[in-house]
Amino acid sequence: MSAFLSRREMLKRAAAAGAATAVPHSALAQGLSDADAAEPFENLTSLHARILEAVVARLIPSDENGPGAPEAGAARFIDRALGGVFADLQSLYAAGLDALDAHARNTAGQPFAELDEDQQDAVLVDLERNAADGFTPDAASFLDVVLQHTVQGTFSDPHYGGNRDFIGWEMLGYPGLRLAVGPDEQAMDAGSQTTRLSAYDLPMFDSPDGEGDSP
Amino acid sequence: MTVTLAATDVAVIGLGGVGGVAVLPLAEAGMDVVGLEAGTWLSPSDFAPDELRNNYRGWPQAAQKANREIPVHRPNASAPDSPRGSVHPMMNGVGGTTLHYWAQSWRLNPWDFRVVSETTRRYGAGRIPAGSTVEDWPFGLEELEPWYDLVEREVGVSGQAGNVNGTIDARGNIFEGPRAREYPMPPLRGTEFTELMAGAARRLGWNPFPGPAAINSETYDNRSPCLYHGFCSRGGCHVEAKNSTAVSTIPKASATGNLRIETEAHVTGIAVDGEGRASAVEYLNDGETYIQPARVVLIAGYTYENVRLLLLSTSGAFPNGLSNNAGQVGRHYMTHNQRAGVLALFPHELNRWYGLPAQGIAIDDWADDNFDHSDLDFIGGGNLWIYSDQRPIEAASMNTFGRAPRWGSQWKAFVMQNAGRWANSYLQKTTLPYEDNYLDLHSTITDPLGLPVCRVTADYKDHDRRLASYIQDRMEAWFREAGAIETVRQPIGSMVVSTHAYGGTRMGDDPETNVVDRYGFSHEVPNLGVLGASVMGTSGARNPTLTAQALAWRTAEHLVANWSTIGG
Repeated sequence: MSAFLSRREMLKRAAAAGAATAVPHSALAQGLSDADAAEPFENLTSLHARILEAVVARLIPSDENGPGAPEAGAARFIDRALGGVFADLQSLYAAGLDALDAHARNTAGQPFAELDEDQQDAVLVDLERNAADGFTPDAASFLDVVLQHTVQGTFSDPHYGGNRDFIGWEMLGYPGLRLAVGPDEQAMDAGSQTTRLSAYDLPMFDSPDGEGDSP
Repeated sequence: MTVTLAATDVAVIGLGGVGGVAVLPLAEAGMDVVGLEAGTWLSPSDFAPDELRNNYRGWPQAAQKANREIPVHRPNASAPDSPRGSVHPMMNGVGGTTLHYWAQSWRLNPWDFRVVSETTRRYGAGRIPAGSTVEDWPFGLEELEPWYDLVEREVGVSGQAGNVNGTIDARGNIFEGPRAREYPMPPLRGTEFTELMAGAARRLGWNPFPGPAAINSETYDNRSPCLYHGFCSRGGCHVEAKNSTAVSTIPKASATGNLRIETEAHVTGIAVDGEGRASAVEYLNDGETYIQPARVVLIAGYTYENVRLLLLSTSGAFPNGLSNNAGQVGRHYMTHNQRAGVLALFPHELNRWYGLPAQGIAIDDWADDNFDHSDLDFIGGGNLWIYSDQRPIEAASMNTFGRAPRWGSQWKAFVMQNAGRWANSYLQKTTLPYEDNYLDLHSTITDPLGLPVCRVTADYKDHDRRLASYIQDRMEAWFREAGAIETVRQPIGSMVVSTHAYGGTRMGDDPETNVVDRYGFSHEVPNLGVLGASVMGTSGARNPTLTAQALAWRTAEHLVANWSTIGG
């Protein structure tokens, strides 16, 4: 098989899968993208899922520079991991999302997902500055965890359910997976042809046991 | 049920970087060797280029003994425990952490063996920091050179020599001690970015050179050259170009027919006989308890595990742990002062997406005693290292250099522009042992078997901080000379659990201050040897593995040459 997609093929592929990127921004912020609406979350309650989708949409937004964490499926990535490698973080997420929503109601009078973007950002800044109560151990630590996992869900190998359509790698300008790299491809302005592959598209590699093989 | 196995000549506990080397001379000498390894065999199909799994999830496909006994750190004896890490810095598996390490394979410099005497000679004894327990090694570099040479060939190390029998070659490290011959392979290739940095170093009057690596720059022993794919940091090699002991020395030892490898063997203790000699190793495998009698036992775990196993192996003859009647097990502990790095932002693409941590440029001008310390307030120094290696999650987690917040649209715009324009550095600095930096067993935290985990009580001293600041100044100057528009100094933090942990079973002639003698055998238990960086009394300013491997080979050859004495 040809291991590497040309950039043109990649763009065609992205366009074919483009329904998600065409969803109106406001709908994304509420966790109502068509792909997401089709299947329930596996581990988070629908309320927690809605809050988390709204949070990741502000951490790595979909904006004039292109798609972000919502289109990459970062919330789905976290949800799936909460049934596996993040299993011991389930209560941290549940309690943290409740505390975040409570802070939104207390300071802006609405659930987090109902706030406008500026209000949502103000809530997240409060967390970052530890100016919000009800978190264990504290608000900033919770935001750090969510931010770290949102980054993983946006930029990791798509095998784990995030980085859908390689949105994250495209955002960074990462030229993609290659098993062999020549000297020219390491030049500072190499401009290598972009490849868009998961490691597990390559038959020589076994996928990690119980790690996102199937939902 | 307990199964007592047939006796063997030598039981080696751990088939990683050092145990995997020591088994070769033993098996080639015709001894019956049993290698007890907590992990399993891994193969190229396990080594997917997957950043999330390799760098963030602690190798879930490998046996997890190490991750069930992660050491717990506290900065000092009256401080609470620091937050515990979620992943052990090392891994189990045949080959151990050499399966996924950076593979930088340095020899120590001559000064590292003679820190006390050289400092005293040049600057006066008062320059040894107060509270440090540092000693000279029992021998100098010249004693270890033949074993460095052997390991470089048997494992396979690429690099550029800087001093062959006293002849200096400016393409290599002009500060290295004399070596008998060139490396068996030329160095890994450079990149446009590493050449940019090398040129800047030359303009500063420094001496840049490519570092040594246990990675093939060309076909070696029928194994592939490196393909520079970018998943080498905490990643195994899909073409076996990284010369772990699993693809180099262990297969050769197995081919003799004299090495039996027991995988998933979880060692819990070492038994002694009535004469205080090590008599057997006890281990668990799939719910069964096994007793492996042996005439000689070699402990070859990582520093934390070596110390922990000795302290857990109590008996009437050794009530405070095996080989610990002088109270030295766990003492003289240090981790490399690897932190306090420098990050840099450039105004153009660097393209560090491919390569490997060992593909880089080193500066040794500010290491060890390679510069005059007369007017400085520290001894030792640091090796400066830049390299081509980054992956997407790491890039997206980049420092924003005060130019953008940590998230949101401004962050996204910043990262979209700069993800390929930043570089980090790896600054390894001399660390010294101190009276109050040590390892012991934790009073309450245990592994799932109920055995206490290793406790680390250690912190950096003002001396380490002054040294780190001086080295960071040099690194910032180097990046600026190369065109960086921003630099950020990273904090030194505390002396937490590390991939470069030294001491705890220090080697030396004095049994009152050292656990093992100059050959690596216990002062108190004559048929017990210890392999690994736990025997090293100084850190040097460079990665420990090659030195630990050279010492392991030397210990094994000493055993072969003195079998009737040591083996009883």
